[in-house]
Amino acid sequence: MSDTADPRLLRAPPKKGIRLSWTDERLRGIVWQLLVVGLVGGIIWWLVSNTAHNLEVRRIATGWGFLNREAGLPIGESLIDYNPTNTYSRALLVGVLNTLKVAVVGIILATILGTLIGIARLSKNWLLSRLAATYIEVIRDLPLLLQLLFWYVILQGLPAPRQSLNPMTGVFLSNRGLKLPWVQWQDAHSFALLGLVAGIVATFLYARSARAKRMTDGQPRKVWPVGLGLILGLPLLIWAALGAPWQGDIPALRGFNFQGGLTVTPEYFALLLGLVTYTAGFIAEIVRAGIQSVPQGQWEAAEALGLQRGRIMRQIVLPQALRVIIPPMTSQYLNLTKNSSLAVAIGYQDIVSISNTTLNQTGQAIEGIAIIMAVYLCISLSISLFMNWYNARIALVER
Amino acid sequence: MSDTAAEATVPRPAQESAIGPRRPPLLAVGPVAWARANLFSSWLSTAVTLALIYLIVRWAMGFVDWAFVNAIWSVPVVNGQAQTQACRALNGAGACWAVVTEKHRFMLFGTYPYEEHWRPALCVLLFIGLYIVSAMRRFWRKELAYIWIGTLTLIGVLMWGGVFGLSYVPQERWGGLVITLILATFGIALAFPLSILVALGRRSRLPAIKALCVLYVELIRGVPLISLLFMASVMFPLFLPEGINIDKLLRAQVAIILFAAAYLAEVVRGGLQALPRGQYEAADALGLSYWQKTGFIILPQALRLVIPPLVNTFIGMFKDTSLVLIIGIFDLLTAGKTAIIEPAWQGFGIEIYVTIGLIYFIFCFAMSRYSQGLEAELNRHRVR
Repeated sequence: MSDTADPRLLRAPPKKGIRLSWTDERLRGIVWQLLVVGLVGGIIWWLVSNTAHNLEVRRIATGWGFLNREAGLPIGESLIDYNPTNTYSRALLVGVLNTLKVAVVGIILATILGTLIGIARLSKNWLLSRLAATYIEVIRDLPLLLQLLFWYVILQGLPAPRQSLNPMTGVFLSNRGLKLPWVQWQDAHSFALLGLVAGIVATFLYARSARAKRMTDGQPRKVWPVGLGLILGLPLLIWAALGAPWQGDIPALRGFNFQGGLTVTPEYFALLLGLVTYTAGFIAEIVRAGIQSVPQGQWEAAEALGLQRGRIMRQIVLPQALRVIIPPMTSQYLNLTKNSSLAVAIGYQDIVSISNTTLNQTGQAIEGIAIIMAVYLCISLSISLFMNWYNARIALVER
Repeated sequence: MSDTAAEATVPRPAQESAIGPRRPPLLAVGPVAWARANLFSSWLSTAVTLALIYLIVRWAMGFVDWAFVNAIWSVPVVNGQAQTQACRALNGAGACWAVVTEKHRFMLFGTYPYEEHWRPALCVLLFIGLYIVSAMRRFWRKELAYIWIGTLTLIGVLMWGGVFGLSYVPQERWGGLVITLILATFGIALAFPLSILVALGRRSRLPAIKALCVLYVELIRGVPLISLLFMASVMFPLFLPEGINIDKLLRAQVAIILFAAAYLAEVVRGGLQALPRGQYEAADALGLSYWQKTGFIILPQALRLVIPPLVNTFIGMFKDTSLVLIIGIFDLLTAGKTAIIEPAWQGFGIEIYVTIGLIYFIFCFAMSRYSQGLEAELNRHRVR
């Protein structure tokens, strides 16, 4: 409270001491809280003391010392260098990266597929709309785990490498997974990738400044030529400047298996397929509801102003629809990430699978489960924070 | 075609209308007009329609061939060994439904004693009856809680036995569809009261209680169900005093209850928030205590508001019970997966998963249709 105010006007409410009577609301509140906190604390203390006793009786080691021991567990696919002689912490890191690999790719693909199906659901073509509706209904009414097992069985039922399906040159589909042609990765490619990222950032900044300038003088400025130059031209220029290396890496059958090329393992492929098709069913409904939430009058008013259809969609309808779409979309992204833990059922080595093996090998159940929970809580929290920030940015600014 | 169609919709000269009202041109009403508006409205739409019809017909013909025409429905069994050579000879050209014919008892009831299968079968019927009764609005009264308690007790008696001349069947032998229904139904039935308490706690003015509830809900919702199930399977035994051993199924059930309660609590909280403030204030003005206010004024209205999302959460829980496969509990999906481990039936996973999918689909589809209908009905007063 400010010191300058007239003290006579700022009279504090009469101070009431807490009466020791059950009719006093504050006293009741304090008693209730003490009771509940005491009860919960008591239960937790009881569980912890039981656990400590059990651990002692069963001679189970505790603590995080095992993280620096040799893991000795083989991991099929890894984004970083790994071999079984590495430590448990390295193995767990591989697991986290594998989880992120499937979650990030899954979120992107599910968003694209879901949006397409959501738009198809709204199509004026009856057949297309019904087909999308059927897809949504069927996919949402089947357990994800069942779908994953189903896809995995189908992928395992594919022919052996020698008789693999070969839809186009360099692409092979067999029970060893999907083989794709790739380039032999060199430094130039990494720099070109950096250039791409820099180009996207620069385009974004340019678009912002163009809009700011337009606000002052009213002149529209074309963003796309500059954007195209930055996003496509910059990486190409870097790549060409570094000698334009282009060495194809095309998979070829040698003996009983393939050599070279990019491999998508059946486990990863089945998991990704299951997660993307499942989550897309939910995203489609969200997108449909979001677009339908924009009143028809908005379209009509924008048409009356003489705006083109694409422009109406981009500048009138989408910004309003996104406000409805973003919050449920966030929870779908979270769901997809958490559902990626089902990988353990089909043998994709994500963090759950590796933690599970770790806890079986070391017998340290509490630490193993704590790692799983901590990783997912971190991922969930980061996605929530990012989406909340994005949501706040696009939220309706009211007076 | 489009030329003649365009001519047909052009109105005729005016003198004919003096004769009396004419029927609209044939092409402006009826199935042809409908097809023109909904399937062939533009060249793009026509192309999409034709492409889709082609794909659907091709897929449907392939599916019918696989599932019915070339399918094998039963195989001879010699000395308890199924002779699956005929199925293998199909080489994927047709379904081998024989695996389902042979294993359906196992998928539905697991390793429950064969001659006692009527007991889990009756339980499945009781569950379905319970769902139907709960779905009828005429039963949305306090008595419904008693119906639930009564039916669930009856199901427990039937499954365990040991009384009324029923032989005792230990929990390890339960399995199949009935486990799925038990996990889902008991999960919801016990999570629901807990979730109401948590939702009320989260809206409480008492900071310690609110903090506890927020922590519980956010913690559970931030981790996958699998981690809780792992916890149930490997950590719960450590939590309990020495000598006390809880059955694995019960541990998984506890994990599912704790998980479901966090999600249900958020749904219930939505209902509590949707209620106008005036209701709370009016109840306070009448001098009702907190529990009177909550029990008589707030909850009856708030819960009614959230019935459709509650049903949706139940569908989610019903599907999520399949995750117990990972900790080795014998539910419908695990039973199916186990059925094809037997060497004779290896490689017929698709048939098994399609059948299991059908069972899940029937349950979930019925519930989701019901929830949609209910939502429309409850919202009818809002639509003008």
